[in-house]
Amino acid sequence: MLARRIIACLDVDRGRVVKGVQFVDLVDAGDPATLAARHAREGADEIVLLDIAATHQGRQMLLDTVRRTARELFIPFTVGGGIRSADDAARVFEAGADKVSVNSAALADPSLIGAIGRSFGAQAVVVAIDARRDPAAADPVRDAQVFVHGGRMPAGRRAVEWAREAEARGAGEILLTSMNADGTRSGFDCELTAAVSEAVNIPVIASGGAGSVDHFVEVFTRGKADAALAASIFHFGVSSARALKQDLARAGIPVRPGVHRSPSGAEAPVQ
Amino acid sequence: MRVTVVDYKAGNLASVLKALHRLGAETEVAGGPAPLVPAERIVLPGVGHFAATRRLDETGLTPAIRDAIARGVPFLGICVGMQWLFAGSTEAPGQPGLAHFAGQCTRFPAGSDKVPHVGWNSLEIGNGSRLLAAVEPGAFVYFTHSYRAPVFAEAAAITHYIEPFTAAVEQGNVMGVQFHPELSGETGLTVLKNFLGWEARS
Repeated sequence: MLARRIIACLDVDRGRVVKGVQFVDLVDAGDPATLAARHAREGADEIVLLDIAATHQGRQMLLDTVRRTARELFIPFTVGGGIRSADDAARVFEAGADKVSVNSAALADPSLIGAIGRSFGAQAVVVAIDARRDPAAADPVRDAQVFVHGGRMPAGRRAVEWAREAEARGAGEILLTSMNADGTRSGFDCELTAAVSEAVNIPVIASGGAGSVDHFVEVFTRGKADAALAASIFHFGVSSARALKQDLARAGIPVRPGVHRSPSGAEAPVQ
Repeated sequence: MRVTVVDYKAGNLASVLKALHRLGAETEVAGGPAPLVPAERIVLPGVGHFAATRRLDETGLTPAIRDAIARGVPFLGICVGMQWLFAGSTEAPGQPGLAHFAGQCTRFPAGSDKVPHVGWNSLEIGNGSRLLAAVEPGAFVYFTHSYRAPVFAEAAAITHYIEPFTAAVEQGNVMGVQFHPELSGETGLTVLKNFLGWEARS
C-alpha cells in the first residue's frame, strides 16, 4: 500500500537551518547536512531544503549547501529558493537535488514549470504555494490568497486555481504551506489542504502547523494530504520521524516503517 | 567494479552515480555505443516520458545494449529504463522498446487514486530473485511514475497501486526495477549492491 510520506524540511538562511513563526522571528537550528542525515536516519521519507532568503539575496551559498547535504542522502531530496530559470534548476540538480521547488519565479513566469519538466521530468518539479485564508472572500478557504517572496507580497492569485494551473503546466507535486498555521504547532490547515488536494490529481504535500501526532492523522484523513512536511518538531527533538511514524501506524495511517541497521548491515523494520 | 551508466538525456544521473559510488563502484557515463563494447555492467536509468528512449535508437545505443545483453553483461534498467525492456508503452505508441520482455506498458487507470503514483510502496517479492536478495518481504521503496509494466512470469516483485503491477523483473543477466533504488534508502542500496555482485552461474 502506498505510504503517506513524512517529509523533514530544512529552512536555510545563509547556510544555517532556521525556524520562524509565521515566516518571521528566526532562530538557529543547526547545520543542514547534519540535520538532513539525522532526519533520514530517523525515518524521514524525504528531505526538503528551502533557502528562504535566496530570492532576495543570491544563491551561491545554496549550491554549496546542496552539495554537502546531498552527499549522504539516499532518499528524495528537494531544493527550493531562488530558482528563477531552467538554468538555475539545472545547477541545483547538478549539485545533487532530485527535485526542485519553485514558487515566486513560477508565479512570475508559469512557463518555467514546463521548461524544467521538459529537461528533468515532471516528477522533478514541485510547485510551492504559500497561501493565507482570505477573511474578506465569500469562501475564505477556496479563495485563499497566494503570497510570494517568502510570504512578503500577495501574488494576486487564488491557491486552488493556481494549483490547477501548475498541474496543467506539468508540475509533479504541490507543496502547500498555510501561512496562517506556519510555525504555530497548532495543526495543519486541513480545509485548505483538502480543497487543493481535491482540485488536482498530483500529490499535495501539506505544510505549516505540525505540532502533534494528531495533527498528522488529521491532515492525512480530513485534509486528504499525500504527504506532510514538518520542520521544528523534528529539529528540536520534540519528536523523531520514527516515533511519529510508529504513532501514525497505530492510528491506522499507512507509513513506511522506520528502519535501523542490524549488526549484520542488513536492515530490519523497527518493531 | 566498473559500471557503465547510459545517458540518453532522460533526467538527472547524479543520484544514480552517487549511490553506485557509495557502494564502491567506478562509473562511466556513456552517451553513445562505443563504451558499451567493453562494458562490464550496464545501468539504464531514466525518468519522464517513454518517448525519450527514441534517443537510444538514434544514437546507436539500442543495438549496443542488445549485443551487450547477448554477451551476458549484467544489465539494470531503472524506471523508464525498465519499461524500455518491454515491447513499448502506450505513452509513446510509435516508439518501440527493446522487446526483451513481451507486453506493453500502460497508464494506471483513472479512478479514485491519484496518477502519478508517487511515494514509498511495498514490494511483494517472488521466490529466488537474486536482485532482491536480502530485501525484506514488504520492504518499502520509492516510486514516481504514471505508466507501469504488466504482471507476468518474469516479475521478480509486484507492487499494488490501483492494480498490481510489475515492480521488478529479472531473467538471467537482464534486470529492471520500476522504483528508484538510488532514492530508496538502505533497501535501494541493497538492491544496487546485489546488482553489483551479480555473477553468471557457471
